Amino acid sequence: MWARALRVRFRTPLDRGRGFASKAGPQEKVQETGQGTHSPRLALQGADRVPAAKIEHLERLALVNFGSREAVARLEKAIAFADQLHAVDTDGVEPLESVLEDRCLYLRSDNVAEGNCTEELLRNSHHVVEEYFVAPPGNISLPDMVNKTPSPTAE
Amino acid sequence: MLGRTLREVSAALKQGQVTPTELCKKCLSLIKKTKYLNAYITVSEEVALKQAEESEKRYQQGQSLGDLDGIPVAVKDNFSTSGIETTCASNMLKGYIPPYNATVVQKLLDQGALLMGKTNLDEFAMGSGSTDGVFGPVKNPWSYSKQYRERRRHDEHGDSHWLITGGSSGGSAAAVAAFTCFAALGSDTGGSTRNPAAHCGLVGFKPSYGLVSRHGLIPLVNSMDVPGIFTRCVDDTAIVLGVLAGHDPKDSTTVQDPIKPLMIPGEMDVSRLCIGIPKEYMVPELSSEIQSLWSQAADLFASEGAKVIEVSLPHTCYSIVCYHVLCTSEVASNMARFDGLQYGHRSGIDVSTEAMYAATRQEGFNDVVRGRILSGNFFLLKENYENYFIKAQKVRRLIVRDFVNAFESGVDVLLTPTTLSEAVPYLEFIKEDNRTRSAQDDIFTQAVNMAGLPAVSVPVALSNQGLPIGLQLIGRAFCDQQLLTVAKWFEKQVQFPIIQLQDLMDDGSLVLENGKLTSVSLT
Repeated sequence: MWARALRVRFRTPLDRGRGFASKAGPQEKVQETGQGTHSPRLALQGADRVPAAKIEHLERLALVNFGSREAVARLEKAIAFADQLHAVDTDGVEPLESVLEDRCLYLRSDNVAEGNCTEELLRNSHHVVEEYFVAPPGNISLPDMVNKTPSPTAE
Repeated sequence: MLGRTLREVSAALKQGQVTPTELCKKCLSLIKKTKYLNAYITVSEEVALKQAEESEKRYQQGQSLGDLDGIPVAVKDNFSTSGIETTCASNMLKGYIPPYNATVVQKLLDQGALLMGKTNLDEFAMGSGSTDGVFGPVKNPWSYSKQYRERRRHDEHGDSHWLITGGSSGGSAAAVAAFTCFAALGSDTGGSTRNPAAHCGLVGFKPSYGLVSRHGLIPLVNSMDVPGIFTRCVDDTAIVLGVLAGHDPKDSTTVQDPIKPLMIPGEMDVSRLCIGIPKEYMVPELSSEIQSLWSQAADLFASEGAKVIEVSLPHTCYSIVCYHVLCTSEVASNMARFDGLQYGHRSGIDVSTEAMYAATRQEGFNDVVRGRILSGNFFLLKENYENYFIKAQKVRRLIVRDFVNAFESGVDVLLTPTTLSEAVPYLEFIKEDNRTRSAQDDIFTQAVNMAGLPAVSVPVALSNQGLPIGLQLIGRAFCDQQLLTVAKWFEKQVQFPIIQLQDLMDDGSLVLENGKLTSVSLT
């Protein structure tokens, strides 16, 4: 029971990261079919190259651009570095999520201990209306934008 | 007064030889004099003076809060500080003012410590040099020491050959090494406290994972991050750890075991110790000077009757690779929170939510952070998750097992180098990219984070160039007290010399009543 609670807790940050990913899900197909043509220099040319479609997929998931061939090369190096792991025999080894896996994790009782800090929290946001954070229109996906607006880095 | 250790100055405060306000002002003036080190991002002068005033009142009424009351401390700028800007040395968080204190910060303040400021780091603590933050690199105070200047080649004039501090907590290390405070908090995910401690001639301590709260420490790798402690001697570290350790309801990964008051005995029976020397740490890249000091240290333990044995941690060579995958993956997920909506930088691009997110993150993060986010996302892709992320978690278990096996074979403490070499000049350091550098510099330190063990870097000697060299002691999980006891004994034997900062000594601020500098060294 407690072990399960621990598992859940340690998965949470990852799931959040993949939350970003799942949002991007519907666009994946469009991405992959429409890619690879307008940036051929990123295309797979050797075993180490990451295909252009994957680069753009990653950019969408991460909401961060590579911006340059050097950055892509850095990813390729990082992957090659990570590939050394495959030399390790891990047959029958369980993945380790936390060094505290054999201990109980304690959950706080579900009582309100603090709060009433709405104003303080809102103060750190650049754009609020009443008690709301304000986001720009949410129904336009990033790929639609790519060709319509200048790249933020170009400014 | 400033050259004293925390314990000594605490005694001076209690005896009324100095008041908290005097001490605070001396430190503030030294912070200004050493501004060129770039150790601090924010100097919280007003806050510190106000805290000093309150502390002074307590001393006058004989109601001091303890050893830390009135003691100037500094905190790495990735710990949240209520009402004080917390930037992580990133454009993403410039101007961000947390509404709460990190638990460790709160604990220091509750003991009456004076917060002098927030110290510089690599952006989001990603780096091993303290060179990759938006506020510029931190300079190692040893660059300006008499010891280094005297031995430096004559053709190297001017300031262009200043040395890096190591990182990522280089600002905290420089702050303590330059006597601007008596202790500082760093964070340690892969060696970020121990590495700069070794390069700056300090004691740098990484507690067991789960002993000290991470609440309010802006996370890098949740499963490895711990707050770290910098001081000028082991006793001081023990004092600070005594204050910080313990369960925090706001961090469910802190263990609830009752924490006994931390007592580091003055004497210890070394003959009952078993010191392990991991043979895999003998790598060709290790400088011959460090290698020789390492074996001298082993001999020292042996000559005092300790059992010194070679041990094997066979998966050591994969450790840095495993760390790389786990670190970037957790970074990718942790950094997802920075979207410009609730706090931090927000791009002016307003055409759509996603465009705003992407532009914000492009403008807010540096190349290193973006690179790690992208690598991490690659390792977390559906088709790669098993092959990289889960694979790395499996290798992590093997690395942890290596340590368990070593300790089960009877070893009490492992003795290793902390770094491959002494601090290098900035111009040399930046020739390699951040990832390569981190892979080299974290080589002896990150495995400890994967296993959650306590470890401490103890300064042992000066190199031929007059620069500090540290060795690392690694203890069993939650045997932090035993580890510090051994570290204290070791520190006493090696008699590491105090840094001689000529510029600072000219005005007498480091000279004591008897005209002599005192510190950890008795020489």
